[in-house]
Amino acid sequence: MVKAEAVGKSFGRLQVLKGVDLEVRPREVVVIIGPSGGGKSTFLRCINHLEKIDAGRLWVDGELVGYRQRGSKLYELREREIARKRSEIGMVFQHFNLFPHMTALENVMVGPVQVKGESKSAARVRGMAQLEQVGLGDKLGAYPAQLSGGQQQRVAIARALAMEPKLMLFDEPTSALDPELVGDVLGVMRQLAESGMTMIVVTHEIGFAREVGDALLFMADGIILESGEPRQMVANPQHERTRQFLSKVL
Amino acid sequence: MTTDSGTPRSGEQQESRAGTPIKAIPARHPGRWVATIVVLYLVVALIHAAATNPNLDWGEVTRNLFDGFVLKGVLNTLWLTFLSMVVGVVLGTILAVMRLSPVPIVSGTAWVYIWFFRGTPVFVQLLFWGSIAALTGRHVAVQIPLAGVVLFHTTITNLVPPLVAAVLGLGLNEGAYMAEIVRAGILSVGEGQSEAAASLGMTRLKTMRLIVLPQAMRVIVPPTGNETIGMLKTTSLVGATIAYPELTYVVTQVYAVNFLIIPWLLIASIWYLVMTSVLTFGQYYIERYYARGAARTLPPTPLQRFRALFGRAMTTIHAREATQPLGPISKAR
Repeated sequence: MVKAEAVGKSFGRLQVLKGVDLEVRPREVVVIIGPSGGGKSTFLRCINHLEKIDAGRLWVDGELVGYRQRGSKLYELREREIARKRSEIGMVFQHFNLFPHMTALENVMVGPVQVKGESKSAARVRGMAQLEQVGLGDKLGAYPAQLSGGQQQRVAIARALAMEPKLMLFDEPTSALDPELVGDVLGVMRQLAESGMTMIVVTHEIGFAREVGDALLFMADGIILESGEPRQMVANPQHERTRQFLSKVL
Repeated sequence: MTTDSGTPRSGEQQESRAGTPIKAIPARHPGRWVATIVVLYLVVALIHAAATNPNLDWGEVTRNLFDGFVLKGVLNTLWLTFLSMVVGVVLGTILAVMRLSPVPIVSGTAWVYIWFFRGTPVFVQLLFWGSIAALTGRHVAVQIPLAGVVLFHTTITNLVPPLVAAVLGLGLNEGAYMAEIVRAGILSVGEGQSEAAASLGMTRLKTMRLIVLPQAMRVIVPPTGNETIGMLKTTSLVGATIAYPELTYVVTQVYAVNFLIIPWLLIASIWYLVMTSVLTFGQYYIERYYARGAARTLPPTPLQRFRALFGRAMTTIHAREATQPLGPISKAR
């Protein structure tokens, strides 16, 4: 589903990704942990081309991200093509980024209606079901400002799912939440994983990684230092940096 | 499935254990009373002076306040303001989006436009439009630039009648100012919003129209109201430049004949004040509309606010009456 080969990315002179290799198979849940500034979020944002990579190759579903290859030459994609590819990848942000001028239901409907050209009535029915599924069937008409952080993040997940993505990216989805509210969001994510969604999750929730993740990656200084089966890796980290990091978060 | 976590879920409704409600005597503000008396005295003096000055000739003012010519001038001023602001807002929005474009020729064009129209006085621009015949000649041919294909012939006054000249003069100038206001609004919307829209697969223009601009409105509306009020008054320059009969033009025509300058200027001023007051009121409701989603509760309408103030004054008086017998003042007596 996702394949990365020696992906590199710099912001000016700061090299954030220094060669990331990764393969995510369909229906797999990959959890990425690591210290801040290690490149986790940047890598995630490269996958749906919110950031442009400047070295290596990155594929989603067998197609290059942001480029088209003809012979040995790479051609930049046009905005419309990039947008179309993004519509197949759901993304959930640390700060929810709900549209504050729209109700919960409108937030969930806007993608299908405006991007996929779905009819409003069909999108409404599906949107209501989607919100019901994340436990917010009674908050359809609420504006984001009237919802708690946990509720907002669940609306954001519903909004991404409404596009029927083949891949979901989570960028520290629970980091901005009160501890009391984290469980609700993780619950929704767990259920989504069980339904067979392919997911890449950047998080500090080691418990979630252990219970739901199929693979765990430890990322620091722009590379993947260690990867493996989550339970084994948490119980018995091989790399010194991983050991240090885990001892602090656990 | 998970449950709603908006309300605390454990524990039944707690019995309130707060103490007896506080009933305190409101703090006294003698300085406010002194200031009120001083201001009221000055206002009365001013009104007295205005009412007794024969040069103001209030009789002339009241006789002609609703004169047919005056009312026509008022309507023309409103119409001109409305059309010019429509041109200004539409043009300003387009220019603002252009200025933020990554394409150099697009952002550059917008920059030059704003540079020119903001850099020359609107009075001079209006004079240009008023003397457009001197620029083009009386007869003009509309043709495709540089290609020599003539579409049609007409006179310049047919092509650009006074109203159109006035609207173009005011609107094109306003567009430059509105562009900066709209741009400020766009920049005030967080980057996360565009990213969320992009991740749903929206294009840049769709993101702008559906996500960014509606949120930018909260920042755009107050200065736009300001611009509209400014525009209403700037239309008074049109009479002196293009000969379109807006309010000031009408008034100057009348006093040029009857020499009652001051009362007729008063008539114009009263109408301008009425119009700007109505606009101020309208602006409040538009702001309130765009505040939805940004605040948990909407700010009160002026009417609600008036009622609240009145209500509070009443309860304060009641509270005072109730506490007076026990208060320190009654003890002092």
